[in-house]
Amino acid sequence: MVNSGESQHLVVIGGGMVAQRLVEALRARDDAGRYRVTVFAEEPRAPYDRVGLTRWFQEGPDSIALGDPALWADPLVTLHTDRKIESIDREAKTVTDRLGHVHAYDELVLATGSSAAMPPIPGNDLPGVFVYRTIDDVAALRGWVEQKRKSYPEGKPVRGAVIGGGLLGLEAAGALTALDAQATVIEFGTHLMGVQVDLGGGQALKRLINGKGIGVRTETATSQMKPHRRSGHVGRLDFADGGRLDVDVVVVATGVRPRDELARAAGLPVGERGGAVVDLSCRTEDPHIWAVGEVACIEGRCIGLVAPGNTMAEVVVDRLLGGLAEFPGADTATKLKLSGVDVASFGDAHARTENVVEVVWADPVAGVYKKLVLSDDARTLLGGVFVGDAGPYASLRPMLGAELPGEDPSAFLLPEGGGGAPSLELPDDANVCSCNSVSAGTIRGAVTEHQCTDVPGVKACTRAGTTCGACLPLVKKLVDTELERAGIEISTALCEHFDMSRAQLFDAVRVADLHSFSDIVGRFGRHPVAEPGSAPVETRVGNRGCDICKPVVASILASLGNGHILAGEQSTLQDTNDHMLANLQKDGTYSVVPRMPGGEVTPEGLIVVGQVAKDFGLYTKITGGQRIDMFGARVEQLPDIWRRLVDAGFESGHAYGKSLRTVKSCVGSTWCRYGVQDSVGMAVELELRYRGLRSPHKLKMGVSGCARECAEARGKDVGVIATDKGWNIYVGGNGGQTPRHAKLLAEDLTSEELLRTIDRFLMYYVRTADRLQRTAPWIEEVDGGLDGVREVIMEDSLGICADLDAAMARHVENYEDEWKAVLEDPEKLRRFSSFVNAPKDADPSLAYVEERGQRRPATAEERASGVVIAGPKLEVRA
Amino acid sequence: MSSLTEQATTETTVRWERACLITDLFPERGAAALFGDVQVALFRLPEDPAYAAHAGQVYAVQNLDPFSTAHVMSRGIVGTRAGEPTVAAPVYKQVFSLVTGKCLVTADKSPKEGLAPDLAVYPVEVRDGVVHVGLP
Repeated sequence: MVNSGESQHLVVIGGGMVAQRLVEALRARDDAGRYRVTVFAEEPRAPYDRVGLTRWFQEGPDSIALGDPALWADPLVTLHTDRKIESIDREAKTVTDRLGHVHAYDELVLATGSSAAMPPIPGNDLPGVFVYRTIDDVAALRGWVEQKRKSYPEGKPVRGAVIGGGLLGLEAAGALTALDAQATVIEFGTHLMGVQVDLGGGQALKRLINGKGIGVRTETATSQMKPHRRSGHVGRLDFADGGRLDVDVVVVATGVRPRDELARAAGLPVGERGGAVVDLSCRTEDPHIWAVGEVACIEGRCIGLVAPGNTMAEVVVDRLLGGLAEFPGADTATKLKLSGVDVASFGDAHARTENVVEVVWADPVAGVYKKLVLSDDARTLLGGVFVGDAGPYASLRPMLGAELPGEDPSAFLLPEGGGGAPSLELPDDANVCSCNSVSAGTIRGAVTEHQCTDVPGVKACTRAGTTCGACLPLVKKLVDTELERAGIEISTALCEHFDMSRAQLFDAVRVADLHSFSDIVGRFGRHPVAEPGSAPVETRVGNRGCDICKPVVASILASLGNGHILAGEQSTLQDTNDHMLANLQKDGTYSVVPRMPGGEVTPEGLIVVGQVAKDFGLYTKITGGQRIDMFGARVEQLPDIWRRLVDAGFESGHAYGKSLRTVKSCVGSTWCRYGVQDSVGMAVELELRYRGLRSPHKLKMGVSGCARECAEARGKDVGVIATDKGWNIYVGGNGGQTPRHAKLLAEDLTSEELLRTIDRFLMYYVRTADRLQRTAPWIEEVDGGLDGVREVIMEDSLGICADLDAAMARHVENYEDEWKAVLEDPEKLRRFSSFVNAPKDADPSLAYVEERGQRRPATAEERASGVVIAGPKLEVRA
Repeated sequence: MSSLTEQATTETTVRWERACLITDLFPERGAAALFGDVQVALFRLPEDPAYAAHAGQVYAVQNLDPFSTAHVMSRGIVGTRAGEPTVAAPVYKQVFSLVTGKCLVTADKSPKEGLAPDLAVYPVEVRDGVVHVGLP
């Protein structure tokens, strides 16, 4: 059946997270194109991260975009949004959409998810009562709160209540707080998040949530919602215990109900509490109909978590492609951050197994509660609850069902650094990444069998940590341990002179406020000649840096604003490119690149460049970054060349530095028939703003004036693409050895927002990336990946944005043309001598031949055979 | 201290050439000197305790980089490896001892055909603020 004739048509009903995963997995695995897939979404948009709905308040819809949007551009994938499916005809194998169109299918997947359940409380249909499930729900809630606030006198708060103290209820309470409304959570049970955590954890959680200014009432049943006398909007909650609460808005989050109406109408069996019944292959009674996610009733129940839904999606894809995968059972482990509070649980969190031992560590003052559930011999781990500090979760969860090492299991619960918990040796079958079902053994194998040597490599090889990222700390630990076993050095030390990584050293230098290499190596350098047990040696003896750490320190000092890169001791740290402010070539001469911002150059400028190249006999070539490179300049010629260029208005192009190179642009709306924004103008502005910025590696940018993307901006570290509303920004692209497409960071920004976003992105990269690490691998290593970067620079999750902004403002303000400064300083000019005893003599070893009308270095054979046309002394004109 | 240097200075065939003033040399940054067709790279170490016995000394090695055949050793970064003063070739980053000329790090490359991986070293004397290099 494989590859024979036409491809099969797979229809997916529902456009949620699990549908997205299914399509993603299918397109990743179905190399032969056996299936084309059509997704029908009821909502008017592509799948989004429903778990992150609260983020929508701060940043709008783009912040919760899911996966690579390129998925929906795949020719084998069709997405119909706002297209509810009304019925299934199992006989004809067709579905009918809300427009009455009939679509045939070969295989059908139900991924319809759930709807928010509305409990039968009188008054639940009053204006001002909302559920919390979709972007539209959240948008309506926001509109209501804003309208209420406007109708109130300044300073009077909007009062909100959330009925339901589970996961969703706490999310909704966080959303109300984000809207500056008061929030009180009403929970019928004994404590918050009753499904995931036990009473002790719930109480700790309550204290932490209270600390965020959110009220909590537990063991409270709402008997009715009463309208306000005049407005008729919801105005008061009455409780069964006689209590009352005045409100302006109510969010009901008491649970969800599977959307199984299509399955019922099609005569498919549904579970006792709803949901389309499926077997362990996720197939319904009908061999061509499958169900995944919250609508699937598997092992007798529906599961309202995304990770098991993703697993089901993978199972179905495997089956469609002829595999025999089975649902391995739901991993209901949960880890989340609610309004800044860490909550995690796994396994038998409620200690419902018989004869278990519970080990609890609680610090009520700090609001921390941690519990392990163990077998009666206190050895085998059966479950855990973590509130306020989810630190141990990542390493303990995969140990579920395994014996814990060491004598005292409580050691695992002590605060970091205080414990001495024995290190965990995970069994090979322990499930480390629950989103993608990757075991510890698979991760180890990536290192031992597939030669991966770092976390990004292992991620690409196994998909571990590529979805939610919660397991990445554990993945890193496993990878490091395996590398260590294999004898591969994994030290983050820069070199023998510094034990720190570049990022650590950057922070250390910044905080200690140091401004010279001598001070930095004295303070933070290693003791290379101190033998263990020997008499104390003065720190710096034997440690004077090297060609690895010195340029790193030079870059750090430049980023922190320490004047000209050739000033004083700084000049000794520079690689020859930075030292000569030119690019060293293979024969020992240099190339010269004047800046042409945005690739724009006047005819007069071109004539000057041409004349200079001609007079000094330089080989000229257009670079990939839209400017002109002049090759073959000798050390002693550089100042003369630059004097001519500077006089004509040119400045250093920093082609020699680990710094901003160019901002490439297309011609944009000023000339182009299709351009929607002035891409050249923006490119010039960006290039002038960031010129001279020193960074861990070279930086390239691009600006395209419309979606045709003629500037190839998505191949750059920072790519900007014009839209009719503003600018989209993409980050982390590069060409070179490992080409990457940049990924979307934000959409439709104004010019001002764009500059602020790039300011922060670049400064965060400059401060935290490793030596010679370009933006793409850096983003992968940031906690949370691109989302993590977005949180830091757009939501200010680390509280450093003001600092990043100030640092960039300093850079912009203090910029000076490095070459102009050299020409004005005789002391610096003295460096540009060919020989200390013959400062203007050319290197006698240089030899050239002519090729295509220009000269190039002679090869060894050409030198030997005497075809050399010109030695260095054959000066044209200087 | 270096036996090589001592040997060289005691050679009767050494021809002492005046190179420059000591103040012409930037500490920890090399400079090339030209004697006929011979190019020498000179390095002046600073009076820094990190260089221990080498502090304040001037060293001379061949300017020819045996791994690239360009005459660029004088443009390398100066530093230390396990306490030994070094210079790193600016083209392909091999590291050489300034004292013995020995190639300490080959960076997975071989020198160009016919060239030794180690650098020739030349004796140096500083007399009355003038740097002299002993050529064979």
